[in-house]
Amino acid sequence: MTATTHDTGVVKDASGGSGEDSAPGTDTPRRRGNAFVLTVALSAALLVGCLLSAGLGAYHIPLGDVLSSVQHRIGLGGHALDRVGESVLWNVRLPRVVLALLVGASLGCAGALMQGVFGNPLAEPGVIGISAGAAVGAVGSIALGLTFFGNWTITVCAFAAGLATVLLVYALSRSGGRTEVVTLILTGIAVNAFAGALIGLFIFFADNAQITQITFWQLGSLAQATWPKVLAVLPCAVLGLLVAPFYARKLDLLALGERPARHLGVDVERLRIVLVLVVALLTAAAVAVAGIITFVGLLVPHLLRMANGPGHRFLIPGSALGGALVLVAGDLAARTVADPAELPLGVLTALFGSPFFFWLLRRTRRRQGGWA
Amino acid sequence: MKALRRLFAAGSDRELPAPTAPGSPLAEARGLGIRLGRRQVLDAVELTARAGEVVALVGPNGAGKSTLLAALAADLPAGSGEIRIDGRPAADWSPPELALRRAVLPQSAALSFPFPVEDVVRMGRAPWAGTAKEDEDDVAVASAMEATEVTRFAARPFSALSGGERARVALARVLAQRAPLLLLDEPTAALDLRHQELVLRICRERAAAGDAVVVVLHDLGLAAAYADRAVVLRDGRVAVDGPPAEVFTGELLGEVYRQPVEVFPHPRTGAPLVVPERTR
Repeated sequence: MTATTHDTGVVKDASGGSGEDSAPGTDTPRRRGNAFVLTVALSAALLVGCLLSAGLGAYHIPLGDVLSSVQHRIGLGGHALDRVGESVLWNVRLPRVVLALLVGASLGCAGALMQGVFGNPLAEPGVIGISAGAAVGAVGSIALGLTFFGNWTITVCAFAAGLATVLLVYALSRSGGRTEVVTLILTGIAVNAFAGALIGLFIFFADNAQITQITFWQLGSLAQATWPKVLAVLPCAVLGLLVAPFYARKLDLLALGERPARHLGVDVERLRIVLVLVVALLTAAAVAVAGIITFVGLLVPHLLRMANGPGHRFLIPGSALGGALVLVAGDLAARTVADPAELPLGVLTALFGSPFFFWLLRRTRRRQGGWA
Repeated sequence: MKALRRLFAAGSDRELPAPTAPGSPLAEARGLGIRLGRRQVLDAVELTARAGEVVALVGPNGAGKSTLLAALAADLPAGSGEIRIDGRPAADWSPPELALRRAVLPQSAALSFPFPVEDVVRMGRAPWAGTAKEDEDDVAVASAMEATEVTRFAARPFSALSGGERARVALARVLAQRAPLLLLDEPTAALDLRHQELVLRICRERAAAGDAVVVVLHDLGLAAAYADRAVVLRDGRVAVDGPPAEVFTGELLGEVYRQPVEVFPHPRTGAPLVVPERTR
């Protein structure tokens, strides 16, 4: 084979060479260590967040009681709480925490994937209208009183509409194998406007009870969390979260552009189809139960990229973890800050996310020297 | 069934390239015609790139050089005629198998996210993941970076580099791929004098090591000095194909480029020098 001769084929040229500079590869273990530390820190913070969220609220449950009740339920000793405490913990708090975990992980992961597929750090399901598209499906199914899939009806409708929207945005915002920032954002505006109009139409034809349901749902909230709702999104979220990490290496290569990725052996068409499906799954899972929660998928991957570089092998699972953390913490804040009233979660994330998005836009423009 | 197997087998069923014998054809275009939109960009092109030689593709803007290179890279399907890579029709290879056989340097190097330089070069090793040659990764990356003189900024993000530095990093990635067929689209366009020479020397070294190198060049002097063969394209057809010293004549080049030129041998090496005719 030609391999041995390749080694001798290196041009020996002393002047511009780099004998004493740090050898390539020295920073890789450091970054791997960095990723490990980040993963542990995120997981620990997430665990703490979950425990706090399970205990805090109008009915306070001490941390020890939360732990022992959980121990009791999984048969590792501990003890059951009194009737009210047990009911609050298991029927109100925990479904809500689990739902926050699932929705947050889905949003974070979907954001990281979309940015990879579009090759654009500003792509996010909320910003470019995928969430709104999925919402059209969800609102439609509520307004029309559809029940053909039972508990899963809203999720299925959100998925179908979300998928159609991703495909539409993808087709509209790409030209010549690239997605310009401006095209992407403008496409998002158009799609959001159209989806808003459709949602408005559905609300116009809905009756009062449905309107109340839709309005609460639209604000983006986990207030109506129940175990059946958790079950309704669990398959979508878990499937999406499990599939996504397998495409990390290929997404790295896609950063070079479509043709170079193909030159390195990536079947770009198939990669794109699979990932668009996964994004639609994850977005649908989040939107179907929690309404439109924006900016989580933008903020989390971006912060992680700043902390550990753009490699997708950490970014995808890391964004899922980070998204879950943000949503668990956000939901805890939403229901405790204005106690006893409850802030809508979507309003809270938008409140913090929008300024960040604005900063990101400014920075991107500065780096590119204006919009191309 | 085959698709299913391909989906799950990560690299185990890839056919690794066999060692290439000197002079064996690694890329061939036979009567190749390609239409893009309504324009016939290539017509009846014959080209063979053999193991151990550097082939320069030259010609005026819009003559079809990049299209021909893309066709040899199996980016574009043949409209008419045939493209063969490593002895087999290009369409018969799967993308992972092609990636083991040909490496391509695009005209412009872009990157959506600020990966550090070393990670970018390491992307060139992706085709070998899961094969026995995965062990060569570190050596291949290090020697490619050394050859292109980018080791110095291994840890810098790609986005922080100048145009010429990016071009060399992109070349390092292509070299790290260690494919027997190298297709380079204007590798010298963004480079200074020293690095232009460096890149062409690398081409020569790779050819000496048994690879086939096809390189699109605008600088006829570079083509004359380093290429074994020059293929001059004109309006999508091969105007002439042969050793630069034979085919670079003032008459032919003047006609192809629609710009009168003078060609004379270098006083020391004898390689043809091409200079536009100027009034003063």
